[in-house]
Amino acid sequence: MRTKNIIIFSIISSFFLASLISIWKILVTLQGIKLENFNFQVIFLLGFLVSLAQVIIGNKLNIILKLIIFSLIFIFIDGYLIQSMPIWYNTGVFLILYFFINKIKKFNKKNLEEEHSTQIIIFDFLTLFGIVLFSFVILFPFYMMVVTSFKTQIALLVNPLDFSINFTQGFKDLFKSYFVIFKSYKFGKYILTSTIVSLGTVFITLIFAIPAAYAIARLNFFGKTFLSTSILIIYMFPAIVLVIPLYTVFSQLGLRNSIEGLLIVYTATTLPVAIYMLQGYFKSIPKELEEAAILDKLSWFGIIIKIIIPLSIPAISSVALYVFMIAWNEFLFSLMFLDNPNSFTLSRAIQYLSGDAETPRQYLMAGSVIVTLPVLFIFVYFEKYLVSGLTAGSVKG
Amino acid sequence: MNDTLAKTEKKTAYLLTLPAVFLVFAIVLFPIFANVWISFKEVELKDIRIPEPRAKKIVKSISGETTKIKILYKLRNSSLLQEIRDVTFQDKYPKNYKPKELDKRCEFKKNKLNCRFGNWPAKYRENFQVIFETKDGSNINKKELKLIKPNLNGESDNILLNTKFTLKNFKKVLFENEFIDLLLTTFYYTFFGTVGSIIFGILTAQMVNQKFFGRTFMRSVLLFPYVAPVVALAYTWELLLDPNSGTLNSLLINYQIIETPINLLGQKYITVNILGFDFKLRLALTTVIIFEIWRYFPLAFLFILARLQAIPKELYEAADVDGASPFQKFFKITLPQITAVISILFMIRFIWNFNKFEDVFLLTGGASGTRTLPINVYQQGFAISDIGTGSAVSIVIVILLLLFMFFYFKLLGKRVDEN
Repeated sequence: MRTKNIIIFSIISSFFLASLISIWKILVTLQGIKLENFNFQVIFLLGFLVSLAQVIIGNKLNIILKLIIFSLIFIFIDGYLIQSMPIWYNTGVFLILYFFINKIKKFNKKNLEEEHSTQIIIFDFLTLFGIVLFSFVILFPFYMMVVTSFKTQIALLVNPLDFSINFTQGFKDLFKSYFVIFKSYKFGKYILTSTIVSLGTVFITLIFAIPAAYAIARLNFFGKTFLSTSILIIYMFPAIVLVIPLYTVFSQLGLRNSIEGLLIVYTATTLPVAIYMLQGYFKSIPKELEEAAILDKLSWFGIIIKIIIPLSIPAISSVALYVFMIAWNEFLFSLMFLDNPNSFTLSRAIQYLSGDAETPRQYLMAGSVIVTLPVLFIFVYFEKYLVSGLTAGSVKG
Repeated sequence: MNDTLAKTEKKTAYLLTLPAVFLVFAIVLFPIFANVWISFKEVELKDIRIPEPRAKKIVKSISGETTKIKILYKLRNSSLLQEIRDVTFQDKYPKNYKPKELDKRCEFKKNKLNCRFGNWPAKYRENFQVIFETKDGSNINKKELKLIKPNLNGESDNILLNTKFTLKNFKKVLFENEFIDLLLTTFYYTFFGTVGSIIFGILTAQMVNQKFFGRTFMRSVLLFPYVAPVVALAYTWELLLDPNSGTLNSLLINYQIIETPINLLGQKYITVNILGFDFKLRLALTTVIIFEIWRYFPLAFLFILARLQAIPKELYEAADVDGASPFQKFFKITLPQITAVISILFMIRFIWNFNKFEDVFLLTGGASGTRTLPINVYQQGFAISDIGTGSAVSIVIVILLLLFMFFYFKLLGKRVDEN
C-alpha cells in the first residue's frame, strides 16, 4: 500500500513538473533558442527522483537547503550536461523548481499512508495545474495587449511570436504608438470626454439614488414593494431593446452626439443597481439615530445629509466606483448615440479607429491599454470593497 | 396626530423616490412600450428627423452706399421628404434701422421683421432679400447685424405620431429573415456560453477555495476579464486569433499542428474528424462562445466562491471522520450546497447572454453565422435602416425574455414548495 502510494505520488508530481518545464521550454524556443531535444523522459525521471527523495528524506532536511540541492542537481543535468543554456533559462527552471518543491513539501511517508491519498494527490495537482493554466489563459491576452502596443509595425510582421518588449530602443520609440494616438487621433480629448461622462454619471446617480434608497429602506408608503421589485426586474432588462426608441426620441430632441444625452441614459441604467445596493446598506444602519434626529426636529433632508451619508461612506464609495466602471466601460449607447468624432468616448473612439482597416494594430492596442488601465487599477486597488458588491449582483454584463 | 405623521411620511417618500423613478421609467420603461408602437409602423431611419425650416443670413454691403445694406436669407426646408406648413419668420434689427423695400409677405414692426411664408414643400429653397437703411444716416455696423440670428417656426407631420399601422415588420421578422436559424444561433450562444461559464466558475472557485500563496492576487486576476472594457478585450482577441499574423495561428503553424492558418472568426463551418466521422462545427460561433465563457466565468466564480466559503467546516470534518474521499466530498457535500446559487447564476447569465450585443458585434459584427437576435436589432435598425423591423425584433426579444422569467419563477416556486 505504502510503496504503491509513494510511486503514484512520484509519478503524478513528476508529470506535473515535466509539463511545467515543457511549457517553459516551448516559450523559450520562441525567443530564438534552438533545443536539440525536449528530453521529456530525462525531466520526467529527474522529477520522479526529486519527488521520491522528498518523500524519503521528508522534513529531516531544512527546506531551503533541500531546495538548493535539488534544483542545483536538476539545473546541472538539464541546463549544463544535456545542453548548456543561458543563465536566464536556468533562472526560470530554478523558479519552477522552487514553486514545485514548495508545493510537494507537505507530502511525506506518513500522510501517504492515509486512505484516499492517491485521490488527494490527484486533486492537489489538478488544482495546481488549473491555477497555472487559468492564470496563463487570463493574463496572456492582457500581456499581449501591452506587448503589442510597444512594438513597431515591422517588428509585428516579422515575428508575431516575439513576446518580449525591447527596452533598449529608448523611451521615445518604446512609447511611439502612445504619442501617435495622442497627437494624431486626439486621444487626450476622448479621455477627457470619458472622464467627464463617467464622473458626471456617478455624481447624478448618487444624487438621485441616495434619497430614493433611503425612502425604500426606511419609510412606509403605498407601492413600496412594487417599487423595489420593479427595480430588480428593470435591472434584468436588456439595453439592446431600449436602443431604437431612445435613438428616435434623442434624434428628435437633438440629444444625439451630446454628453447630456449620454449622461441621461447612463444615469437611468445605473440607478436601479445603485438604489438596490444602497437600500440594503441603509437598512443595516440602526434606526435609533434617526429617531433621535426626528426628536431634534431634523427634516428628512437633514437626516440624509447629517446622519445617513456620513454613516454609509463605504457603501456610497463602492457604489460610486461601480457606477464609474460601468459608465467608463459602456459601449452600446456610445456606439448608437455618438457619430461625431468630437463627442466620442474612449470606447467609441477605439471602435472607430478599428473601423479603418489601415490603422496599425499597435495603435489599437495602445488605445486598449489606455482604456483598460484605469479600470484595472481601480479594481485592484479597491478590490476588498468591490468584491463584496459584485456578489450582491451589482455589475451587469 | 398619527394620521398626519403617516401622511407626511408618505409625502416625503414620494418626494424622495419620484426623481429616480421618473428618470428610470422615462429611459427604461417608456422605450419598451415605444417599441411596441414603432414595431407596427413602417419607419426608416431617414424618416425620424423632424423637418425644420432653416435660414442662412448673409449680410452684403452695397458699394458706394454706407448707410444702406442688403440682407440675403437663404431659406430652405431641411427635409427631402416632407412639407412644412405655416412657416413663420422673425428677425430682430437694431433700433435705428428701417426697411427700404419689403416683401408682400412681411411686415416691420417694433424693430422686428415678421414674415409668413405659408407652406414649404419638401426640398423647398428660396433666396429672400431685404434692403435696410439707417434712419439717421449713420454708417452700417455689419458685425452687429450678423450676430442676430433669425427665428423660424413651422408645422409638420411626425411619421411616428400618426395612426397608420402595419403588420409588415413582424411578417418580415418571422418569415423572411431565416428566423429559425436566428433563434437557434441565439440559443446556442446563450446556452453554451452560460453552461460553460458556470462549469469554469465551479472549477476555479474550487481551486481558489484552498489556501495557497498569492490567493488574493489570484482572485483579482480571475476577475480581470469581467471588469475590463469589452472594446479592449475584443480587439485583443481579434489580434490573437487573426489568420495572417495572429499569435495563435502562428504558434500552431510553428509547431506544425496545422498547415494553413484558420480564420477562427471569419469561417462559418469547419469539418472535424472524430473517430472517423466528419462533424460540421460552427467555427466562428464556437470562437465567440469561448470568448463569452472567458469573459463571464469570473462572475460565476465569484458567486460560487462566496457560497463555498459559507459552507460550514463541520460538514467536511464529519466527512473526514467517515473516511470520505475528496471526490465523494465534492459530489456529496459541495455540489448540493451550491445548487441554489448555480440556478440563480444560470438564470442571470442566461438572460444577460441572451441580450449580449457588444461582444459578438465587436468580434464578428454578426457575420459568418454569429447573427444573434440583439445583433439583428442593430442590423435591421441601423445597417438596413429599417427602424420598424428593428423594433419588431426587440419585441420578440422582450417576449422571449418574459417567457424565460415566467418559467424560471414557476420552477423556482415549485422547488421552494418542495423544500
